[in-house]
Amino acid sequence: MTNAPILLEMRSITKEFPGVKALSDVNLVVRAGEIHAICGENGAGKSTLMKVLSGVYPYGTYTGDIIYQGQPARYSDIRQSEHAGIVIIHQELALIPHMSITENIFLGNEPRKRGAIDWKAAQRKAVELLNQVGLKEDPDTLIKDIGVGKQQLVEIAKAFAKDVKLLILDEPTAALNEADSQHLLDLLRGFKERGITSIMISHKLNEIEAIADSITILRDGKTVETLDVGAGGVDEDRIVRGMVGRELSSRFPDHTPKIGETFFEVRDWTVRHPISAERLVCKGESFHVRRGEIVGFAGLMGAGRTELAMSIFGRSYGVYLGGQIFKDGKELQLKSVADAIHHGLAYVSEDRKAIGLNLLDDIKTSTVAAKLSKITKRGVLDEVAEYQAAEAYRRELRTKAPTVDEGVSKLSGGNQQKVVLAKWMFTDPDLLILDEPTRGIDVGAKYEIYGIIQRLADQGKGVIVISSELPELIGLCDRIYTVFEGQITGDIARKDANPETLMKQMTSTKKMQTR
Amino acid sequence: MSRFKDLQKNLFGGTTSNARQFGMIFTLLAIVLLFQFLTADKIGVGFGDGLTLRSDNLIALFQQNSYILILAIGMLMVIVAGHIDLSVGSVAAFVGILVAKSMADWSLPWPVAILFGLALGAAIGAWQGFWVAYIGVPAFIVTLAGMLLFRGANQFVGNADTIPVPPGFQKIGGGFLPEVGPDTGYNNLTLLLGLAACVAVVWRELQSRRTRKEMNAEPAPMWVSVIRMAIMVGVLVFVTLRFAGGRVGTSFPISGLILVVLVIAYGFYTRNTAGGRHIYAVGGNSRAAELSGVKLRRVNFFVMMNMSVLAALAGMIFVARSAASGPQDGLSWELDAIAAVFIGGAAVSGGIGTISGSIVGGLVMAVLNNGLQLLGVGTDRVQIIKGLVLLLAVALDVYNKSQGRFSIIGSITRPFRREASAEPASSSAAGSEPAKTTVAG
Repeated sequence: MTNAPILLEMRSITKEFPGVKALSDVNLVVRAGEIHAICGENGAGKSTLMKVLSGVYPYGTYTGDIIYQGQPARYSDIRQSEHAGIVIIHQELALIPHMSITENIFLGNEPRKRGAIDWKAAQRKAVELLNQVGLKEDPDTLIKDIGVGKQQLVEIAKAFAKDVKLLILDEPTAALNEADSQHLLDLLRGFKERGITSIMISHKLNEIEAIADSITILRDGKTVETLDVGAGGVDEDRIVRGMVGRELSSRFPDHTPKIGETFFEVRDWTVRHPISAERLVCKGESFHVRRGEIVGFAGLMGAGRTELAMSIFGRSYGVYLGGQIFKDGKELQLKSVADAIHHGLAYVSEDRKAIGLNLLDDIKTSTVAAKLSKITKRGVLDEVAEYQAAEAYRRELRTKAPTVDEGVSKLSGGNQQKVVLAKWMFTDPDLLILDEPTRGIDVGAKYEIYGIIQRLADQGKGVIVISSELPELIGLCDRIYTVFEGQITGDIARKDANPETLMKQMTSTKKMQTR
Repeated sequence: MSRFKDLQKNLFGGTTSNARQFGMIFTLLAIVLLFQFLTADKIGVGFGDGLTLRSDNLIALFQQNSYILILAIGMLMVIVAGHIDLSVGSVAAFVGILVAKSMADWSLPWPVAILFGLALGAAIGAWQGFWVAYIGVPAFIVTLAGMLLFRGANQFVGNADTIPVPPGFQKIGGGFLPEVGPDTGYNNLTLLLGLAACVAVVWRELQSRRTRKEMNAEPAPMWVSVIRMAIMVGVLVFVTLRFAGGRVGTSFPISGLILVVLVIAYGFYTRNTAGGRHIYAVGGNSRAAELSGVKLRRVNFFVMMNMSVLAALAGMIFVARSAASGPQDGLSWELDAIAAVFIGGAAVSGGIGTISGSIVGGLVMAVLNNGLQLLGVGTDRVQIIKGLVLLLAVALDVYNKSQGRFSIIGSITRPFRREASAEPASSSAAGSEPAKTTVAG
């Protein structure tokens, strides 16, 4: 790849926000036809750099030069960069749920005939584009009716409709399951053969290692290095070292589990979909958790892990049809979230911004939000007790914020996740259910979150971890259940857990148990 | 410059939430003084003979606006929870006419009639709350329907006629604190009330200093507290003497007293109780609130029901003041109440706003209204000016917020937040990209 012509060069890009230098003297060289990965911890400046490139931050608001196809590029908005063939696909997809695939693909770019939209041409073109991205869906399907993996493909088709030359993907696989991610990566390889250059921002280092031709690493708004994968010697550890600036000896803290008696048990749990009466999302499943045990739930997107967890957590999902919950030998009736909290359950949701936190709140208010009774004296909230509790958790979890009065919307993903953890630790739970606890969090913060989870288990609590990242489950959990289409298909002990076994159980109904 | 900023921050940009509300109060004072100046006989002669701060005008100002301010209390809670209530004017009118009828036709004694009115408000609120909380119809639609429904019901019950109310009942709208004790030349009860208010202001300031110390945070310098208390007490003393020293037979109005009690009670409820905080949680992120154990339906039902009870009270006070209930009562009150809440800094999307902000917002509108009328500006032009003030006040705030600058309204609207740190955003959110980019970062 080192011999291919240079498609894009960004020279000494510096971008300042009031009081912060987000990018300082950053250089990036992308050659035509390659897949170029950009790595860095959260806040390293990856997204900012891409926004400079695509004109979200217009020319003049940064210093430095962009040379694209041999010409200086000075975009004042995103339209100009798209016109030049630079298309960015953001982490949060920009699709309109109640419009069809065709309508979304051509939104803002509608083919016209004598002033009116030429829907026939659009339809034809849409079918062609969907073929190119390998999506077999009727182009009249509404976006809300297809999964997030397919939505991602629609976004790419939309980029193709604009005659893309340089495709920028910001965390394209963050919300995808393994199979969809694999499909997307294959697709990128296909594009490469057709001469389309891609820039990919990702936290998933295994994917980057598998697909990238070169890797530029950013740290604290500066370029650290650009690695040429073809030259060899680049592996995940090498990338991590560049990102954090030090050797990370292990991705998981050392831990000796102290596992006690079974204290939490779910039997024959049956739940149906909230709207469709025939669809069972949980088909009479049973599982248990021991004190001090970290139990993983592995499964593909849509397997029903989140649904299972939320239905147990005070029936906050679906319609309860049957099943029992036992804690310490006693049966619990958990008919509301308040009941569940009262009986020592905590559920940390997978989407902390949408349903985990009130982004208008500060750290203090968020920390105590799930158990206000603990700081209430004779019906009155005790502000001092609130402050002290929040401050104690801030120190314990090492949340990076000047004070607990800081708004949670200002925190980085990892720190927000710590606030959510604090919020649920504050409820003194016996069983914590953590749904994708490290999604969208950088390597350093992940390590800390793992440590917190292990400490909670060591205090004799049971911890359930739902995750789409198999290495995470394997590294962290003492035992892993696999879930496939609403059924628990495997109960796999730590020593037997490996990606192959798990993947097999995640995609079949045959039951398997190891001891 | 930086010294001036320090001073400004200490005094108005404040270190405690109640100190920041001081900024808004300051704005209100400026408007009052402006009109006092403009309504003086000879411009430039001084404030002394301005009409705005004359006893009778202050009393009228309170009496004419107490019911709007009472509505603003309920409306604030409705808007914070993420809803809106368009029906308050009609509900007030409907309750007003039924209460008037209950006394005129069914000869209910007036205290019983008041209880009947409140119960009626609760029943209407339960009706609206049911549709909003349990069926899930947007409050905008439910209360739009209620607006038509109860306006029609008012005219149906009253045959589009007016019904007079007895003198006892008129007290809650037009009455004053009675004369008791020795003749001091002032109304003694009003003096006592003013004294109590002064003590409360001092006590709260000291209390908040103590709380800050317990939170290991540096309280504002003592002199700042002293100046703040001095200004507040000064204003209170002045207002008290005005109310107490008016025309004989007048003093602090009963309706004003009801308002003060409600502001204190609801202010405390929204700030210092779990129930109040649940309202903010529901408005900020209802799904997150639900998953934190907040009973969503119960909160929504409560705010809608509470609004109608307060609307009933406002309606009765209005009827009492005008001595009769009529078909045009409460017309477009909902708009005044909503305007007060938004000028007072509430967010359209819910989750943000304070009772005291809304009251100050309502007073800004009231003073504006009153001052312009004193200047002889016609109602047509008053409406134009009020509309522009509402638009500009909120627009300025939105603009300032988008520029990351100090927001007057925003500064009073975070009830549970203190100033995070003296430094700008740079050192906050350690290591993350600036606020604007963190979403995608």
